[in-house]
Amino acid sequence: MATLALPEVPPAGTARKGLSPWQRWGLIMLAPYVVVFLVFVVYPVGYGLWLARHPESYVRLVDDPIFLRSVYNTLAFVVIGINVKMVVALVLSGFFIQARIWIKVLSLLFILPWAIPSIPTILSIRFMLNPEWGLINSLIFRFTGGDGPNWLNDPTLALAIAMLVHIWKSLPFWTLILIAGRLAIPAEHYEAASVDGATSWQKFRYITWPSMRTLYLTCLILSMIWTMGDFNSVYLLTGGGPADLTHVLATLGIRYLRLDQVDLSMAAIVVALPAVLPLVYFMMKRLSR
Amino acid sequence: MKLRHVATEAKLLLIGIPVLIWTMLPVYHLFLFAISPKDQAMGGKLWPDTPTLHNFEVVFRQQHHYLNYFWQQMWNSLFIAVLTGLITLLVATGAAFAISRLKVRGGRTVMNLALFTYFIPAAFLAVPMYKTMGVYGLLNNQWALILAMVTIASPYSIWVLKQASDKLPWELDEAARIDGASPLQLFRLVYLPLMMPSLVAVGTYALLLAWNEYLYAFLLLSNDKDLTLGVALGNFLAADDSPWELLMTTGLIYAMPPAAIYYAFKRYMVGGLTAGAVKS
Repeated sequence: MATLALPEVPPAGTARKGLSPWQRWGLIMLAPYVVVFLVFVVYPVGYGLWLARHPESYVRLVDDPIFLRSVYNTLAFVVIGINVKMVVALVLSGFFIQARIWIKVLSLLFILPWAIPSIPTILSIRFMLNPEWGLINSLIFRFTGGDGPNWLNDPTLALAIAMLVHIWKSLPFWTLILIAGRLAIPAEHYEAASVDGATSWQKFRYITWPSMRTLYLTCLILSMIWTMGDFNSVYLLTGGGPADLTHVLATLGIRYLRLDQVDLSMAAIVVALPAVLPLVYFMMKRLSR
Repeated sequence: MKLRHVATEAKLLLIGIPVLIWTMLPVYHLFLFAISPKDQAMGGKLWPDTPTLHNFEVVFRQQHHYLNYFWQQMWNSLFIAVLTGLITLLVATGAAFAISRLKVRGGRTVMNLALFTYFIPAAFLAVPMYKTMGVYGLLNNQWALILAMVTIASPYSIWVLKQASDKLPWELDEAARIDGASPLQLFRLVYLPLMMPSLVAVGTYALLLAWNEYLYAFLLLSNDKDLTLGVALGNFLAADDSPWELLMTTGLIYAMPPAAIYYAFKRYMVGGLTAGAVKS
């Protein structure tokens, strides 16, 4: 409970001169987070960078074909998966703001994937895709008489399904954000456009998109950063297999850790930083204004 | 006019039905396994011939060697989630109040550092966190997971609370100062009551984050008796002779509390958590 206790504070009488009680209490109330930050962010990050200090680690990393494959997979995940997800979220946000009772009910169910833990539903999807007795291939057999694909044994197919799992899980969150963005647009704009006889595409093109563009870009970038750290969608679905061909950087780090190669594990993360940090910087600029 | 109306409804249904199937299929499949007898679960049927609650009975009575610690692990998940929620609230509320209302020196820097942590993917910090917990001698201790989750949940919590806090009128603080209120009185009597909706949102967010966490729990805990239900499910899977129907039943049970909590606090969650994001 060390981080919970307030740090020792000199009794009021001995407080430094010139520090108003407001500033003093400010420091006291800020202190717990500062302690958490120093002990569980600064120290681990420093330790991690120190573990990744040897140039040889990077040579071994680049020599590992699994690493190159992971970089490629991560890029595919981010470029294809996230763009598909955000376009769908943009479309669905337009769908969910329609005033219908059944759409309200549907929006309640729609949020479920985001609210519940990943592991049960990913396991459920995994069983669904079992080539012999899974629900999907059983249905394929019933309707076509043929055998369905061996979904998770094909690296490309397995990675594509991992992307779908990621989309399934995080689509509700981004849709929710974009719904809030759409609701912030004054209704009069649409009413005026209707009077002028604008089509729905024109309304989207000239009213919705200009006011949503910034938000959309922010969401896109944030989702890209976070998706680089999506461990569950890949690990719980394929475990990185078949033949370690579906690893992404997040699962690769854990793989090296389990192989007792912590330096490689940290090197794999350090290598991703040049891609992550500019995006993070961009986000900071945008949000701390 | 009537015809156009029908066409619009049809178009909406054309989106709505696929969205319903897409969203519910994995959840329904989980439910289907849970109510199917062992031999009927794997036939690709959409409803079992003889639905049963037997699987739930086996899980609740811990009648399988994978389930020996089911209740203990359920308790662990709850304990870790509730403590993460409470500690995050304590840490984040204090920080947000100090930064936003007391305008403490260096507050802006701390806010920026917290935001920075929030943007870095949590999985990137997992390996260093694991090594660090080893250094601190906290590995295989539930406090390691609680503190790690507080670290991950705090930045966003502080940010959401600060956004909400900035919107409170300054006149309140001024009036309190003129009346001679101390900072603590302002905090307790004015700030906390006004911030209640955001506090509920943030507490729920941290609690759900900790309950749902897999990666950190899997790295930091290894003793069967200390595991959260999520990690126990993962271990279940690693074995070749796993009883699928029990695994799915346990998974369904594990997924229900967060769903219930989300729906109970939905009003606060949606407003509180999207407000900050839309700002830009």
